Amino acid sequence: MKERLIELYNREKDVIRGSSSPLVNRLRQHAFTRFRDKGFPGTNLESWRFTDLTPLLNTEFEINLANRFGNIDTEKLFTCDVYDLDTFSITILNGWFVHKYAPLSKLSDGTIIGSLAKAMEVYPELLDQYIGRAAKPDNYEMAALNTAFFQDGLFIYVPEGVKVNKPIQLINIVDSPNPVFLQPRHILIAGKGSEITLVHCDHSLTHNVSFTNTVMEVFAEEDARVDHYKIQNKGRNSALVTTTFIRQEKNSKVTTNIVTLNGGFTRNTIDNEISDKGCVSDHYGLYLVDSNQHVDNQINIDHASPGSLSNQLYKGILDDKAKAVFSGKVLVRRHSQQTEAHQNNNNILLTDDAKVNTQPHLEIYADDVKCSHGATVGQLDPEAMFYIRSRGLCERSARQLMMIAFASEVVDKIEIEALRKRIHSMVEKRLKGELSICDQCVLHCNSKEPTTFNIDLSKL
Amino acid sequence: MADKNDKLLKEVGSSDYKYGFYTDIEMDQAPRGLTEDTIRFISAKKNEPEFMLEFRLRAFRHWKTLKEPEWAHVEYPPIDYQDLIYYSAPRKKPKYESLDEVDPELLETFEKLGIPLEEQKMLAGVAVDAVMDSVSVGSTFKETLAEHGIIFCSFSEALQKHPDLIKKYMGTVIPYTDNFFSALNSAVFSDGSFVYIPRGVRCPLELSTYFRINAANTGQFERTLIVAEEGSYVSYMEGCTAPIRDENQLHAAIVEIIAHKDAEVKYSTVQNWWPGDKQGKGGVYNFVSKRGICEGENSRISWTQVETGSAITWKYPSLILKGDNSSGEFYSVAVTNNRQQADTGTKMIHLGKNTRSTIISKGISGGESNNSYRGLVKTSKNAVNSRNFSQCDSLLLGDMCGAHTFPYLDVGNKSSIVEHEATTSKISEDQLFYCLQRGIDMEGAIGLIVNGYAKEVLSKLPMEFAVEAQKLLSISLEGSVG
Amino acid sequence: MLSIRNLSVSIGGKPIIKKLSLEVREGEVHAIMGPNGSGKSTLASVIAGRDRFDVDEGEIEYMGQNLFKMPAEMRAREGIFLGFQYPVEIPGVSMANFMRTAINEKRKYLGLDPLSGAEFLKLMEEKKKIVDIQSKLTKRSVNEGFSGGEKKKNEIFQMALLEPRLAILDETDSGLDIDALKVVANGVNKLRRKDNATVVITHYQRLLDYIIPDFVHVLFDGKIIKSGGKELAYELEEKGYEWVKKEAASNQ
Repeated sequence: MKERLIELYNREKDVIRGSSSPLVNRLRQHAFTRFRDKGFPGTNLESWRFTDLTPLLNTEFEINLANRFGNIDTEKLFTCDVYDLDTFSITILNGWFVHKYAPLSKLSDGTIIGSLAKAMEVYPELLDQYIGRAAKPDNYEMAALNTAFFQDGLFIYVPEGVKVNKPIQLINIVDSPNPVFLQPRHILIAGKGSEITLVHCDHSLTHNVSFTNTVMEVFAEEDARVDHYKIQNKGRNSALVTTTFIRQEKNSKVTTNIVTLNGGFTRNTIDNEISDKGCVSDHYGLYLVDSNQHVDNQINIDHASPGSLSNQLYKGILDDKAKAVFSGKVLVRRHSQQTEAHQNNNNILLTDDAKVNTQPHLEIYADDVKCSHGATVGQLDPEAMFYIRSRGLCERSARQLMMIAFASEVVDKIEIEALRKRIHSMVEKRLKGELSICDQCVLHCNSKEPTTFNIDLSKL
Repeated sequence: MADKNDKLLKEVGSSDYKYGFYTDIEMDQAPRGLTEDTIRFISAKKNEPEFMLEFRLRAFRHWKTLKEPEWAHVEYPPIDYQDLIYYSAPRKKPKYESLDEVDPELLETFEKLGIPLEEQKMLAGVAVDAVMDSVSVGSTFKETLAEHGIIFCSFSEALQKHPDLIKKYMGTVIPYTDNFFSALNSAVFSDGSFVYIPRGVRCPLELSTYFRINAANTGQFERTLIVAEEGSYVSYMEGCTAPIRDENQLHAAIVEIIAHKDAEVKYSTVQNWWPGDKQGKGGVYNFVSKRGICEGENSRISWTQVETGSAITWKYPSLILKGDNSSGEFYSVAVTNNRQQADTGTKMIHLGKNTRSTIISKGISGGESNNSYRGLVKTSKNAVNSRNFSQCDSLLLGDMCGAHTFPYLDVGNKSSIVEHEATTSKISEDQLFYCLQRGIDMEGAIGLIVNGYAKEVLSKLPMEFAVEAQKLLSISLEGSVG
Repeated sequence: MLSIRNLSVSIGGKPIIKKLSLEVREGEVHAIMGPNGSGKSTLASVIAGRDRFDVDEGEIEYMGQNLFKMPAEMRAREGIFLGFQYPVEIPGVSMANFMRTAINEKRKYLGLDPLSGAEFLKLMEEKKKIVDIQSKLTKRSVNEGFSGGEKKKNEIFQMALLEPRLAILDETDSGLDIDALKVVANGVNKLRRKDNATVVITHYQRLLDYIIPDFVHVLFDGKIIKSGGKELAYELEEKGYEWVKKEAASNQ
């Protein structure tokens, strides 16, 4: 795969570059060199020790360097059926921005939303101010690969003081009969004092093989507030690698919440740099995995400035032969006094074949800090189980109640009520074994081969 | 006179050992550098059985294929392994004629630790001219042990007298292939201790006092092997609260413990190798491999360590909980000050059913030091119903130091419960002021609070060492708050 | 013994004590009363030497010495004792060890030999009676797991051990039931001597039924706005602080 990509880059350099600015192309070239030298990350790297990409790379993936979709009726492709969820909806199909009307819209308040490819054409100066400023291709191999190849994705610019009144909903769909390798890039710029909520849904419409390597850059400028929800509900043959770079300026607040309901292989990395004081950075995650699914969450928080607060809470339930990896790292630099950082990862294993590797790491160079971390792997609290059963509930109901309660701690952090209710009900369905792939979080897709996933509570 | 003292020194150290630390054979220094010839030289000088030489050579050949590990959170200039001397005769002549010649700073530390005058001389390498209590302690000690059939001797002596036991157990817990430093040690180890507790025997003494005296002359590449047969018990203490200055900068020891069914081994260390000066120059690099195996059912091993010394510490006393219902504990206080760097922690590998482990780690960093806890808790698929609880706290004194926590939890079955908790904080200003208001000065207050913070671990030490360790903690932190 | 002149204190630029003056002589008991946030605890902390406050002007003289030139531990060794409103917990440090260290540090400072373990234990047994403190408390860690009442008793117990010349009791009565209050007050009274002085900070008159003050001062907005004898406390209890505030306002 590595050789193919190198060859492809060298051969199709002009196509890949398209209308990118010279700056972007310099970034590409640098990232490409890095990929050429280092290749795909191997399990010899600390951050990839428990997650092996190699088996996934044996597939002959198709890589499309041209957008073959253009204008399509996105509503025909799907309709969001979350009751009461009023969003500004955007679709990325097989890595390309698709639209019914226009690829890029500028709203009356100055907000720009649309295709990244188009934005690179229309607003090159604006893009050059941001693109690549948050991403660290030198530290993240998959981000280097994405930087070399990306062509399209979502672009959002929220000007100073603008509060986007509706959540933006990004629907990332993979629908291809052949195995595809996709590398979308998303940029979100929240200007001074602005507010934006992004609901980011990753879906596959079929069980076909795909590999998505996404990079997202989020810029939260002074006093900005960004809420980023990610709902991942993918087919069992899909591989999803996401790397999100977040850069926070003074007094900004960023919240991420990743709910992984399904997915063959999922690897989420968040790299959050807190570069000024007064920032709040909250990261929540929930993963409910079974069969042979693999989910890996990596959170790196860099407190590069004093007086900020970060918080991580990731929880997971694992069934069958599922495997979960959590690696949280908090770096508090020398002068970052008055930092408060907390980290928590809790897991429940339902079988002896499921496996969890968790590494909540703290690296602290300042003394006036409050930091804590915790990790647990275990079962439901037998005391609580007994208490519930003593009130007349059967064991099965008691387990369900407890599991739902376990998951709720993360789901409750979702601030959009309609979405929170929806996720609650999906988690409940998931835990009761009633969630099928056509019952997707925000899609109504009428898949021909509905598959039920079943976390078997009786195994507890 | 000097000769007489020399003899006394020997007796104190090795009592009636025939082939102990201090044999009478005039020994040369091995030539600088490390080759198979060096190893043959060491083995020949020690008159070792053939299997030992072969073991050393295999280890050496393996070592040559390895690279020095880089993953620890420590930094030091590269070590030139060909520039070291791997064997030298034990120090024959005392370095000084009287305490007046000894570095006053060192003596001051001895005073603070409350070390008796005669022992101070021993430790500083001064000629001793009084009969020390320790000699008699040493011999009655040996007699008591012999009555119970306990073997407690130098590794060299064990190789001569109990080669079968050594052959059976050496390298079974830490094979030479384990890591770079274990391979190096296996190739060139100088000496160490061997402890064997027969079936059903409860060792009536703490194997400690003795080592307190002996510690000053511990070698560069020590090797310790402790075997506890079924139903036996031993508490073993190693190390010394006095700061040990040593011209050997690199120390790479191995400690292996085997606990059979129903056996219990308590291993305690107080380690205070010379950390170097305030700029961190000249300190000891302590790269140690320590591991125990709870081989049999219901066996139990605990590690307790108080680490205040070394310029660089790289040390993970670990346990393999193989026997069903076996349990392991790791209690650690690691203090770093000035430019010290410590990367220490433990590994608890749960293999047997219903195995239990507890980890309590208290890191204290001051000055410009870096103190890392690195720990692995792993439960295999078959280790059903195993439990681990880890509590790893860090205390920061001053704003130029670092405190890091790197736990790794791998859980592979549904019925195990693994919990890790950690906090990092600085010493509370309210606590400090409360002490000041009662008339206790800043350093006294820090000493008190830090000792209180570490109490959970200190209380696991044998009584007499707990008291010394407390003093040691306070002293180690002097000048830590800039 | 203690004379505070024209003291102004602020924290982070916010003035808390404004040109306050107070004179305490040997053998006297002073009560400082006032509503929450009037600066009572700050005053106590400044006298004891807490360095988080900025002294903007004024001076405090104690036994003829400039208090600001002495670090907190020196003040303690010279006989200033602060009974904390919220005594802090120090995990792992036993009360006995803590107090022995404190007493011996003070003795060293005064040029006396340290107390041996036995001597210290004897002293501790003696002083325990004063505040009716249970033996097990001295074995536990400093204030750790102590109830509110135990913490306050423990403060008086420490005061008994350290025998201060000037004791400042910061809201020692808060959170105490009537029995505990009597025990605490009784302890303070037993420790009263001709050559020492006590400053009691409280915002209830209740404590003053048991510790009879020679002087009562009303602290409001960083200033002493009224001083009087013990009757003032009753008057405050009856009428509240409002009338004093009004009186002070009309005087200006």
